[in-house]
Amino acid sequence: MSRYKKMFQKLSFLKEGCFVPFVVIGDPSLEMSLKIIETLIENGADALELGIPFSDPLADGPIIQKASLRALYKKNTFLQCFELIENIRNKYLHLPIGILLYANLVYNYGIKNFYYQCFRSGLDSVLIADIPIEEYEPFYKIANQYNINSIFICPPDADDSLLSKISLYAKGYIYLLSRPGVTGIEKKTISLSNIFIEKIKKYNSLPLLQGFGIENPTQIQKSILSGTNGVICGSAIIDIIEKNLNKEKKMINEIKNFTSKLKKATKFVQS
Amino acid sequence: MTLLNPYFGKFGGMYVPQILMPALYQLEKNFVDAKKDSNFQKSFFNYLKNYAGRPTPLTLCNNLTNGTKTRIYLKREDLLHGGAHKTNQVLGQAMLAVKMKKKEIIAETGAGQHGVAAAIASALFNLKCKIYMGYKDIKRQSPNVFRMKLMGAEVVSVESGSGTLKDACNEALRDWSRNYQKSHYMIGTAAGPHPYPTIVKEFQKMIGEEAKKQILEQENRLPDAIIACVGGGSNAIGIFSDFIDEDVNLIGVEPAGQGIETGKHGAPLNHGRTGIYFGMKSHLMQSQEGQIEKSWSISAGLDFPSVGPEHSWLNSIHRAKYVSITDIEALEAFQILSKKEGIIPALESSHALAYALKLMYLDPKKEQVFIVNLSGRGDKDIFTVREILKKTEKKHESL
Repeated sequence: MSRYKKMFQKLSFLKEGCFVPFVVIGDPSLEMSLKIIETLIENGADALELGIPFSDPLADGPIIQKASLRALYKKNTFLQCFELIENIRNKYLHLPIGILLYANLVYNYGIKNFYYQCFRSGLDSVLIADIPIEEYEPFYKIANQYNINSIFICPPDADDSLLSKISLYAKGYIYLLSRPGVTGIEKKTISLSNIFIEKIKKYNSLPLLQGFGIENPTQIQKSILSGTNGVICGSAIIDIIEKNLNKEKKMINEIKNFTSKLKKATKFVQS
Repeated sequence: MTLLNPYFGKFGGMYVPQILMPALYQLEKNFVDAKKDSNFQKSFFNYLKNYAGRPTPLTLCNNLTNGTKTRIYLKREDLLHGGAHKTNQVLGQAMLAVKMKKKEIIAETGAGQHGVAAAIASALFNLKCKIYMGYKDIKRQSPNVFRMKLMGAEVVSVESGSGTLKDACNEALRDWSRNYQKSHYMIGTAAGPHPYPTIVKEFQKMIGEEAKKQILEQENRLPDAIIACVGGGSNAIGIFSDFIDEDVNLIGVEPAGQGIETGKHGAPLNHGRTGIYFGMKSHLMQSQEGQIEKSWSISAGLDFPSVGPEHSWLNSIHRAKYVSITDIEALEAFQILSKKEGIIPALESSHALAYALKLMYLDPKKEQVFIVNLSGRGDKDIFTVREILKKTEKKHESL
């Protein structure tokens, strides 16, 4: 059974939602990044979504973009990112770990080499932010050969034809977009309609995680009440990193508190 | 499923976040309908003729070629309303935006030529217009920024990354992924995700059609070569289009910037690798690790690390040849054309002209006919050129 499947089963048994934090590997440095990720895990992360830094992350807003540029500034290599993943994998054997990156990094490394590297590092899933399902075929085939789950993004206005395609291809979980646009914190409150979520569930039985704009416990509870299995939270965590770049202890402390608070929000019992 | 083939050989495609796919399908469908719609076509050609000023002339440069057997013709897109070929296709795209009932235009610009064109078309069709421009380009192209604002466009300064066209493109795509329901993203060149490269070529192909007719009238034969500058590649694909099936050399000129060996250039076709960026698979300036590299050119309009996918394809099948010209060579051509023929070319077009002159000087006795696409006029560049010339003069004085 895949790590995602086991994790979702366990959470469903415990009647908890899933909390997945997102950070960029190497932000602000490889060493700090490892500390941050361990803090996230120790304080309630049910799975990890890790970004591989890219120069032009056009699906991301300013907070994640700056994180990528901070990481790139350190000139860490692609393989060093994978070493860090391997490191975490060896320490946390059962934790589902996924990466999010951009097409050119995969293409440049060679699609086959890339997925082999993912497999070797103990990764569970890959999300390529700028490849829609229509262009996924060459990546999908090889991902399957190496048993890597391909994560697909479901926009809030997805029509029947897209929903049926996603249900055919998706593995692990489905990444539900809260809203159109790029990642980041926005003032507008976000909630997906129960009707839309029910419609997605008619097409497939995969767990649903909501991402984009998640930053507080109320949103998490609303998301789970609308029928999702949990949330992915990135920019709000990276915002803490950015604001405390020279205050390591404070940064770790704030991430610790924030993570516990958000994880706690997933634990309310559904009526 | 797309209605048209999104690929040129292995290049092209639709590499965008999933959220943008419906907007691309909608655009493609409206474009396909518009091509078949005689009213749309009639109206488009009416705007081209009576608003933009087509056909543009084909000018023979006698002074420039004096003492040689080369005849150089310029396709005068600089005389089009707006001062560059960009006006052609923005009229088409603005009409598509109206057809799709979009109220706003999002655009990005490097040299400001596409920004000006987008502002022109938006004013004409009563559309709100937001233009993303790198902060460095805003500085080096201030007259064009002023023009855009005069025509009611909002110019957004992009501070992220290198602060040039590449970053403006990212920002425009981000805006579009938030606002695609009400906004049309008016891409300025024959690049980006399908259907843009096909749409832009369709709305620029009259350059080639006119040039072919005009050269046959004036020379009674086709030219030996068509020479055009290539940033994203819209003016080049426009003038190439009607000659692709003819026995004519097609030459695209990329910016070699401060010299290919310095790394400060914008020549991905000759000095980049295939990659995926800005919605397409094409040639790309990238690091060993696959990070997109900053490009460089004296001409902001050519300062782009990638190129339209059809050019990558024409290059791969050896149908077109791509060469490069340095900043200095382009500057010389800029001055020569101004002095000899009384035509101030855009720094972009100066690259194409510089290569034509190079070929001419190489073999002055060879009888040959070239058409250079003079894609835009150089008014916008006179301040940049003045600054450089001042510096060079100072250098000479101190020697």
